[in-house]
Amino acid sequence: MNAVKVISPGALTTVQDAGRFGFLQSGISVSGVMDSYSHRAANLLVDNPQEEAVLEVTLMGPVLEFQCSTRIAVTGAMMQPKLNDQPVPMWRTIPVKEGDRLSFAGIQGGCRAYIAFAGGLDVPVIMGSKSTNLKAQVGGFEGRMLKRDDMVPLKAPSGEARLWAAGEEWIPNFPAQITLRAVLGPQEDLFTEAGIASFFSAEYVVTPANDRMGYRLEGEEITHKAGADIVSDGIVMGAVQVPSSGQPIILMADRQTTGGYTKIATVATADLPLLAQAQAGTKIHFQRVSVEEAQQLLRMFYEKLQAFARARRPVNA
Amino acid sequence: MYSQAKYLIAGDSALVVEFGSEISPQINERVRGMYLAIEKAAIPGIVSLTPTYRSLLVQYDPLAVPYRDMLETLQKLEGSLEKMELPKPNVMEIPTLYGGDCGPDLDFVCRHSGLGRDEVIRIHSSREYLIYMLGFAPGFPYLGGMDERIATPRLKTPRTKINSGSVGIAGQQTGIYPLASPGGWQLIGRTPILLYDPQRNPPILYRTGDYLKFVPVSEKEYAEIEQQVAQGRYEYRLYPKKEAKK
Repeated sequence: MNAVKVISPGALTTVQDAGRFGFLQSGISVSGVMDSYSHRAANLLVDNPQEEAVLEVTLMGPVLEFQCSTRIAVTGAMMQPKLNDQPVPMWRTIPVKEGDRLSFAGIQGGCRAYIAFAGGLDVPVIMGSKSTNLKAQVGGFEGRMLKRDDMVPLKAPSGEARLWAAGEEWIPNFPAQITLRAVLGPQEDLFTEAGIASFFSAEYVVTPANDRMGYRLEGEEITHKAGADIVSDGIVMGAVQVPSSGQPIILMADRQTTGGYTKIATVATADLPLLAQAQAGTKIHFQRVSVEEAQQLLRMFYEKLQAFARARRPVNA
Repeated sequence: MYSQAKYLIAGDSALVVEFGSEISPQINERVRGMYLAIEKAAIPGIVSLTPTYRSLLVQYDPLAVPYRDMLETLQKLEGSLEKMELPKPNVMEIPTLYGGDCGPDLDFVCRHSGLGRDEVIRIHSSREYLIYMLGFAPGFPYLGGMDERIATPRLKTPRTKINSGSVGIAGQQTGIYPLASPGGWQLIGRTPILLYDPQRNPPILYRTGDYLKFVPVSEKEYAEIEQQVAQGRYEYRLYPKKEAKK
């Protein structure tokens, strides 16, 4: 059987791909991976299309037992993967055999690791995506996080069984202080000048209230001209919402499709992987960029992944 | 309503086309118009559309179409909206069993309004309610236009679980819960039909700008419809809205 058995599920392990974009008009959230760089890189290391579904593993890793031979790659947060209790490298293709067990020794940096499987996960495509939508209880594996004894079906690996390793320069680290570039708007006119100045100059700290829905930050109050409530409108990933407390919340993969708080800015898509790996206590500075600059950053993000694919080194098992 | 739509920047991959800052059927009609026009025009590079009360969020792929070009395309389309022939909105019927276990707060709504049970049901089911937007949860409709006589404040203590299909009142608003969830609405009835079905295409049958009409049913009819839904042979009742009385 082409599958992987869940011996223990970890803190929050879900099936995610690039997200479900076709049904926002019906109130169905996007979901999808939090860190799209690690997601795409993991797939490239097992010769999958970049957007194929992977397992997103949060803070505490699962224990998985392979029911078939295949190739996998682990990227993202530094979680010290082990195969049959022997340490194995991240950011590198790992050949596995039936009966092998993948486990994690513990997190040393970042929040979320990604496990890609050669050929991909054999879960149904629902409304155009394999992503798990926890709230709507659809997609991924039975619309929920993995639990003990689940048999997650895998596609058979196809093509040549090539093994790859990424060089050090391609592996992100997880600093305690990050800079996120952000585009002003959509509701910048509802904030005071001082409020906007605070946002782009003060230091904000990630609070423990951070999850797949959003990151609550704490720092200098961002002041509104006249209240924080608006008639609800649509929300993108990376939107920086500021409720009446003046403390920003950055909305992430599991955000609702609409919301009724003012949004001062939107984090550049290219910088979201950095935030997705930020643990509580991480210090954030926001740097203002124009929409054109943010689009240029996104172009560079995809070029970097193409370069990653070219720079992979073939390795021997 | 603004004389011309505002185009707000929502990061590197989205624009908000905003037609006004308040809640009104006229503004919402503009949103619906733009939403349908974009869909019909099949503009390359557009990834998703989120119509809301007073604006439309357009997510696009900036690698395919950069900001300036997308802005220009949308503005041009907005300019041609007036001349565009748009399909009439649909009305979807929601068969509803009022009161009893399905609507445990119906008696409270009666006491609060000083109206009889039949009168509350008649008032609630006599109008076609505009769907201003869908949000909060899959298929959750934000409805407008409920009769003020049956307006009732939310529960003081929200319920930890409300069954899917529950029909409720919260202040001036009425609505339905497509999925089981916690909530503080006064529950007056329940529908046996599936507002949201991920296995159906489309999973949600109504859209922003359409209307919902509650149709009272008996316990027997409720049970029949429930069975038909379970067997996949229930025929959902959707029809174009008749010309609005102006």
